[in-house]
Amino acid sequence: MKNRLKVLRAERDWTQARLAEELDVSRQTANAIEKGKFDPSLSLAFRISRLFGMRIEEIFEDEG
Amino acid sequence: MNDTKTIHDSRASRTRRNTAWLAGWTVAWLVSMALAVFGPRFIWDSNLVLTIPAIALNLVIGFGMILANIRHLKGLDELQQKIQLEAMGFALGVTVVVGLAYSTLDVTNVIPFDAEISNLVILVALTYLAGVLVGQRRYA
Repeated sequence: MKNRLKVLRAERDWTQARLAEELDVSRQTANAIEKGKFDPSLSLAFRISRLFGMRIEEIFEDEG
Repeated sequence: MNDTKTIHDSRASRTRRNTAWLAGWTVAWLVSMALAVFGPRFIWDSNLVLTIPAIALNLVIGFGMILANIRHLKGLDELQQKIQLEAMGFALGVTVVVGLAYSTLDVTNVIPFDAEISNLVILVALTYLAGVLVGQRRYA
């Protein structure tokens, strides 16, 4: 699943470690989501959505 | 931010604490296993009054280790849990398939020695470790 996490993180000048802190996950998990290697659960997707103040579909794009 | 960071720090410290707790239980279990195996042979000359409690102690500590492992797994985030789950599935599958084939080699006398359960323990440990390493690499 594609996502805009890298762009949104860059807009805020955040490191991956900071993003991981904000989402309460490991840095490995933040990195894997950002690279599209791991699709987050619905609850984590909602946490991401709340963090950036955007709707889930504005951050994630279904490739299916 | 400070609130989130505090939550993150507490989660990170909880994971560290859970890992240390699991390591402690694992060491205790290994020591109790060594006591149950070598005690009758080298310390108390196969006295059942001491051997049975030693085995019971090993079982009790073993269950403590299992609970510590469950707590450790529950404390991980969702990707880390997924990596662990895939590694455990791989280790279980390989061990069942290879273990039964190994046992069949023994009962059909294809191999000239007894199939030892300790070999399966080594196999499950190595396949689990390999599974975790593959998972870490896949999601790096």
